[in-house]
Amino acid sequence: MAKHHIEATVNGDAVEFLCETEETLLDVLRDTLHLTGSKEGCASGDCGACSVMLNGRLVCSCLVLGCEVGGQKIETIEGMAAGETLHPLQQQFLKSAALQCGICTPGFLVASKALLERTPDPTETEVRYWLAGNLCRCTGYDKIVSAVMDTAAAMRKG
Amino acid sequence: MRYEAPGSLEGAVALLAGATGDARVLAGGTDLLVQMRADIVDPELIVDIKKIPETRAITEEKGGWRVGAAVTGAELKEHARLRKAWPGVVEAANLIGSTQVQGRATLGGNLCNGSPAADSVPALIAAGAVTTMAGPQGTRDLPVEDVMLGPRKLALRKGEFIVSFLLPPRPKGSSDAYLRFIPRTEMDIAVVGAGVSLTVDGGGTITAARVGLGAVAARVLLVAEAAQAIIGSRLDEAAQERLSAAARAACRPIDDKRGTTEFRIDVAGVLTRRAALIALDRARTS
Repeated sequence: MAKHHIEATVNGDAVEFLCETEETLLDVLRDTLHLTGSKEGCASGDCGACSVMLNGRLVCSCLVLGCEVGGQKIETIEGMAAGETLHPLQQQFLKSAALQCGICTPGFLVASKALLERTPDPTETEVRYWLAGNLCRCTGYDKIVSAVMDTAAAMRKG
Repeated sequence: MRYEAPGSLEGAVALLAGATGDARVLAGGTDLLVQMRADIVDPELIVDIKKIPETRAITEEKGGWRVGAAVTGAELKEHARLRKAWPGVVEAANLIGSTQVQGRATLGGNLCNGSPAADSVPALIAAGAVTTMAGPQGTRDLPVEDVMLGPRKLALRKGEFIVSFLLPPRPKGSSDAYLRFIPRTEMDIAVVGAGVSLTVDGGGTITAARVGLGAVAARVLLVAEAAQAIIGSRLDEAAQERLSAAARAACRPIDDKRGTTEFRIDVAGVLTRRAALIALDRARTS
């Protein structure tokens, strides 16, 4: 059957694309819109490397069909920096070396930003539970959790 | 593979009833998309029910709460009044997967995935929740405990899907709780799940109770004997022992890598007792 013709908003820009029913939002972002910051780790919603915001809600883009997002608002890692200025979380991840191979990093950043927008002063436990769906096989998480806590503290100071 | 997102119950029923091949209902997709990707299912038709207003609403109805089948776990958590009325149901739903999964996963999907280990189902059964289904003959109601017949087997007829759940009105002094055992802190499938809902009178005596147990049989169980074991009691030590024993007696679990038969039976008794104590504590302060 004919492909679906979908119009949506990605990082504030109107986009339109064609997709097959079985293509996920992650497939569309990476292969059609060439936004390759979102990664495919598990393709089953376990690893969080494909995390994006869908209408303000943190989701795994591998668990959303491309044809579901008509008229909806999507935010990806590509929209996180303001031009050349990195988001405070991105700056702190670099400063703290809260990454090694980097595959999980876009997902962690998108998820952490969603947390801090709702909970500007999270406890370490809240950070760890919120990020339980983001897997990192390199860092052991401590540097990531510290980077999120440090960013939260810095952002509260303004 | 066809994808349709009808805006009405009638539209969804017509699509599902008219399907010639395998047709699947899409709510949050957190199970369906994984099964499609793993080639466990290959539907000819996907009917996305999220555009149907009745599946997306949380509304008060006759003193109880009606929750749409496609309301997400995150939305349940954010609904302060629902959380206060049914803390056990909401905490059970919130145990399903990660923050990302909570942004999509739904009560309807958790039930219709047909897993005996589904976290929200024991809590819904304990709550006395009743599903409303739409189908070619109109709508009908079915208690949650009668929806699942066995692993992946549901009582839904061709063309039917679950629209919403009704959580009944409850007297003052009522509350509920859900506990599950997993080998780690987060992100796992229940080895045992126990939901308890109860009502306590001003004197501290339990006047009504329901107990649901997950992952200890081929379907999630309503355990009437466990409820009877504490009704009329003050949940003292002896009543707790009777409750644990009745819960254990109802278990017919499998033996697998996540838990042995013996372990699951034992833990079912422990969790049911603890869930009842939490529910009682909440009921006293409700």
